[in-house]
Amino acid sequence: MALLEIENLTVEFETAAGTLRAVDGISLCVEEGEVLAIVGESGSGKSVSMLAVMGLLPWTATVKADRMAFQGRDMLNLEPAERRKIIGKDISMIFQEPIASLNPCFTVGFQIQETLRQHTDLDRAARRRRAIELLEAVGIPDPQERLGSFPHQMSGGQCQRVMIAIALACDPKLLIADEPTTALDVTIQKQILDLLMDLQARTGMGMILITHDMGVVAETADRVVVQYKGRKMEEADVLSLFERPQHPYTKALLAALPENAVGDRLPTVADFSLDDTPYTGARP
Amino acid sequence: MSEIVLETRNLVRDYVIGGGLFRPSRVIHAVKGVSLKLEKGKTLAIVGESGCGKSTLARMITMIDAPTAGELLIDGEQIDIARKTLTPEQRRKVQIVFQNPYGSLNPRQKIGDVLMEPLIINSDLPAAERRDRAFSMLLKVGLRPEHFNRYPHMFSGGQRQRIAIARALMLNPRLLVLDEPVSALDLSVQAQVLNLLADLQDEFGLTYVFISHDLSVVRYIADEVMVMYFGEAVEYGTREEVFSNPQHEYTRTLFAATPRADVESIRRRLARKAA
Ligand SMILES: Nc1ncnc2c1ncn2[C@@H]1O[C@H](COP(=O)(O)OP(=O)(O)OP(=O)(O)O)[C@@H](O)[C@H]1O
Ligand SMILES: Nc1ncnc2c1ncn2[C@@H]1O[C@H](COP(=O)(O)OP(=O)(O)OP(=O)(O)O)[C@@H](O)[C@H]1O
Ligand SMILES: [Mg+2]
Ligand SMILES: [Mg+2]
Repeated sequence: MALLEIENLTVEFETAAGTLRAVDGISLCVEEGEVLAIVGESGSGKSVSMLAVMGLLPWTATVKADRMAFQGRDMLNLEPAERRKIIGKDISMIFQEPIASLNPCFTVGFQIQETLRQHTDLDRAARRRRAIELLEAVGIPDPQERLGSFPHQMSGGQCQRVMIAIALACDPKLLIADEPTTALDVTIQKQILDLLMDLQARTGMGMILITHDMGVVAETADRVVVQYKGRKMEEADVLSLFERPQHPYTKALLAALPENAVGDRLPTVADFSLDDTPYTGARP
Repeated sequence: MSEIVLETRNLVRDYVIGGGLFRPSRVIHAVKGVSLKLEKGKTLAIVGESGCGKSTLARMITMIDAPTAGELLIDGEQIDIARKTLTPEQRRKVQIVFQNPYGSLNPRQKIGDVLMEPLIINSDLPAAERRDRAFSMLLKVGLRPEHFNRYPHMFSGGQRQRIAIARALMLNPRLLVLDEPVSALDLSVQAQVLNLLADLQDEFGLTYVFISHDLSVVRYIADEVMVMYFGEAVEYGTREEVFSNPQHEYTRTLFAATPRADVESIRRRLARKAA
């Protein structure tokens, strides 16, 4: 049984200028112990589709799907109380904008321990120990001291790592990581990715990794979904995608790597004539 | 003689944290004496470990935070915000794109107004002209006309990042400090933004301080590179020098840790995993 199954997900926003379709018929599926990467255009609905899974979209959003199930359980018609038991514990998410996602009024230590209080039966002392252990795991120096820091007293990348610590606090079965390493230099990024991959190998955690960094995809993913204008353009195992990209958007994306700059201009997708019909054919 | 737009001499910034009733406070030395000189029309890239003081340095250069010690010169003029208030001209001249675009946007202000606001304060352009300029800037960063009347929360992470860049550019700054400005952008949009920055530099001689952890981006845009490590500049030189002959151990570690997107590396990883 798949860990998460999504069939034909559509998300629409009511705006002053009419209805805006941010996600247009996305289907995907993640198995236990699998890393699925989602790459694609900025604004193509990557974050919105995962926020739909978490049930965290604002009221202006309408979510429809033929099926959305976690471990075989329907998620679309879940009672709020049931949902709260799963979200944050079995499914957790590293949000894209870490500084904006942390609460500025509470110390980072409080925020980690609060997650543990809600979802585990650890006592106060154990929660504190676990919080220190988590900060240490994500490479925050002097974790004991740092428990008492407020988000604004930490650097961008430190906030991102606190966010990661919160997401990992309750040993999730499915981790949705939305651009989890954008504020990290490559050495810390490597440490974090190693941590995630190690956890995933040890506990069988499934992972959805949204990233624009093709190097990160190459080093972590099993399978890749390419998204463009709210739709899935292509899906392939990681090796085939890099070896034989089929859809013109995927090809354009790979060609836009800065190391492929021609002269002093970088190629953009606009330099390719694109059609946005999804690629569904067999892979050669 | 080339014009030096930005110069710092031994800039230092300490933070005091903790310090309750029973606990002693502790000092974090975030920036420990950084000196640099940047000519007009050049780009200095700053890379370094997360938490090594890059954003702290950026806030001092853009005159938001006062240094604990050291000197800051913009266009050869000594700046000391702790003692002398800035003139509007000094403020306009230096702009910053923050690492956290969400926090720097007013949630109740439509994007069109965000972009036009600086023109209202700093120029006497007629309303129609302001609107045209804001519109064309919106398109230049790869957003669309229908975005003009939306609020910040209605955008994706990468779209917000581009709004922050567009806003900073509206003021025609002379020196622009960009703190991880393209970290949330897909490669194509990233390319579009980098091309735009390069065009503006060619046309107006803009000077950039560009903080990034993406070494391929740094290699593409930088004239000079500074590598920071625990608050110090451990490496500072031309792009060629730093990339071809890194002196500091940390710089070498940094280069080695860059993930590779080639097919051979993927094959090797999959083989290891299968074993
Ligand atoms: N609350 C909202 N109201 C209206 N439109 C929204 C809202 N939230 C998101 N959108 C729109 O939905 C689309 C998809 O946004 P989403 O955040 O999923 O993009 P993304 O693929 O994650 O992009 P990025 O890589 O830039 O983070 C965007 O065009 C965005 O403007
Ligand atoms: N307001 C503050 N109070 C106390 N400490 C702070 C404050 N702001 C930053 N620091 C600390 O100063 C150090 C440098 O932070 P800074 O934000 O400059 O790092 P950075 O190089 O920008 O890191 P990143 O790449 O993660 O954004 C960090 O250890 C951080 O925790
Ligand atoms: Mg997003
Ligand atoms: Mg920073």
